[in-house]
Amino acid sequence: MSVATASVRRGSSRAAAHPIRTLVIRRAALGLVTLLLVSVVVFLATEVLPGNAAFAVLGRSANPVRLHALERQLHLNRGLLDQYWTWLSGLFSGRLGNSLANGQPVWSLVEPRLVNSAVLVLLAGAIGTVVGVVLGAVAALRKDGWFDHVSSVGALAVTSLPEFVIAITLVIVFATNVWHLLPAVSLLPPGSYAWSQPQLLILPVATLVIVIVPYLFRMMRGAMIEALESDYVEMARLKGVPEWRVVFTHALPSAMAPTIQVIGLNFLYLAGGVVVVEYVFNYPGIGQGLVFAVGNRDIPVVQFIVLVLAAFYVFMNILTDVIALLASPRRRIPREP
Amino acid sequence: MTAAAHVPPAARPAPAPVRRHQWLATLRTVVRTPRGAIGLGLALSVTLLAAIGPAIAPRSPTALLTVPFAKPSSQFPLGSDFLGRDVLSRVLAGGWVLLVMAVAATALGIIVGAAAGISAAYLRGWTDSFIMRTVDVILAFPQLVFALLLVSVIGPKLWLIVLAVGLSHAPQVARVLRSATLEISERDYVKAVELQGMRPPKVMRQEILPNLISPLMVETGLRLTYSIVIMAGLAFLGFGQQPPAANWGSMINENRIGLTLNPWAVIAPALLIALLTIGTNTFTDAVARVTIGVDRRPEEAALVDDLGLQEVK
Repeated sequence: MSVATASVRRGSSRAAAHPIRTLVIRRAALGLVTLLLVSVVVFLATEVLPGNAAFAVLGRSANPVRLHALERQLHLNRGLLDQYWTWLSGLFSGRLGNSLANGQPVWSLVEPRLVNSAVLVLLAGAIGTVVGVVLGAVAALRKDGWFDHVSSVGALAVTSLPEFVIAITLVIVFATNVWHLLPAVSLLPPGSYAWSQPQLLILPVATLVIVIVPYLFRMMRGAMIEALESDYVEMARLKGVPEWRVVFTHALPSAMAPTIQVIGLNFLYLAGGVVVVEYVFNYPGIGQGLVFAVGNRDIPVVQFIVLVLAAFYVFMNILTDVIALLASPRRRIPREP
Repeated sequence: MTAAAHVPPAARPAPAPVRRHQWLATLRTVVRTPRGAIGLGLALSVTLLAAIGPAIAPRSPTALLTVPFAKPSSQFPLGSDFLGRDVLSRVLAGGWVLLVMAVAATALGIIVGAAAGISAAYLRGWTDSFIMRTVDVILAFPQLVFALLLVSVIGPKLWLIVLAVGLSHAPQVARVLRSATLEISERDYVKAVELQGMRPPKVMRQEILPNLISPLMVETGLRLTYSIVIMAGLAFLGFGQQPPAANWGSMINENRIGLTLNPWAVIAPALLIALLTIGTNTFTDAVARVTIGVDRRPEEAALVDDLGLQEVK
């Protein structure tokens, strides 16, 4: 067995270094293609669908003169490819256009929101990851104990709850009806940064953590149980390796491999989850910006925020795929036919 | 391919190992499990309340009857909302549109997703590449954001929201069914009917689809839960039924400024949404345990599959 593994390793080590780089490059190229197609979808959805952007913006106040003027401003009077090219090259050269709602440049509106959302996503993602991994591992170690049962049922119940129900529950308990410990909504004016009042972050972060933990918990618990029942863990135990070493150096690392992808998926989820949570807590991030822009039919802002979220999505997808690739040795060797 | 070549041309294909109405038998087993019974009980009670609610509402859900945020009283058992309307009547009237929209979006997502996933896996080649590339593009949008993008242009029309949510489900469904189909299309009885010259559409409909009942049931339950969550979320953000219509999602948003005065105007709709989604999700979990036999959702199983790890028994 060990001889066979060794020879496979030796045989593939020369070839393996190359395939993995090719895989990563191919994955990144595929991501770029996806992103380009995404930009086409956003462009088509916002500019070409019945009732084009100019009409959508003016609504009932549309009259031929105003419609024509706005169509010119949005370049709607030109050919489709020409429009797309103007729009796309504008994105890359930083000319994002102006908000239709208040005439300010899109970038100056979105930039502070981007920073605030990034803070929210990173904090929630980091805390949620630690909590999920620890709870999952503990539940697996005490499989079928009371903690395992309580947390498994709890995870199942919480996975199915909408974010705003969790958020409102936290507001009722911690900010209004039961205790008045924390602010129910943030009163930060748009354009300011979240860290000027850190206590405003607590409830939004807590909501997102509660939303992302169950999925990670379930995955970690399953992977950890699988690892603890595996032959190599039994082998280690039979050799007399102390239990804490069995857990930390044998079971935990191999349980982490499938979990890494779930951590990535959680960050993906957060990109969408911030929309509702920021709106509930009046938190000045891009999610709240998107809701306001959709309400005002502020198409340039909608386009840009949706593209940013999609780009984050595609990028995180590539990143998790690559990390999962590096973390699971089996995948590095090309599968046998 | 070589194994199937040994089948004599005249041999009748072995009947596919599927009983008629297998899904009914599965449902009966699921209902007997504790999780299945609890889940179904919760989901059915809320559905029943939403369905007969408009008929038994004691007052008009849109009439202004008393002061805003009045506390519960014998006249108004759940108090009044931000405009002085009866919360009980609004709660009773505010569920059925949400439910109908969620069911419609789920049906759309399952049908489109299943057709795409099965075709991709069975037809392979450029069809597979084309479908999976489309799937990647739609997957690049968070589901809620995809719906918001369409709403921003066309406006919060109910049919558009159903279409947007349904279409945003399709890629996930397609992914799960594609991996299930890949395995089934390698089986001998499929090879046998292929050799007899059955056309691909008929093979997919008659030989492959009946074997996908289990993943389809689990996917349907999962997507239904997500549909309810997204629909209620859109209504909460103000992009569902427009005022003065009663809707559980929008009620939570309208009345949260008066939480300290009359919390029931928020708690009642939030509780109903929570019970409904917990019910459908718990039931789906029970279906997954019975059909797939693992403590894992198909999305998680697909993930494990994807990573090339062994399945857990």
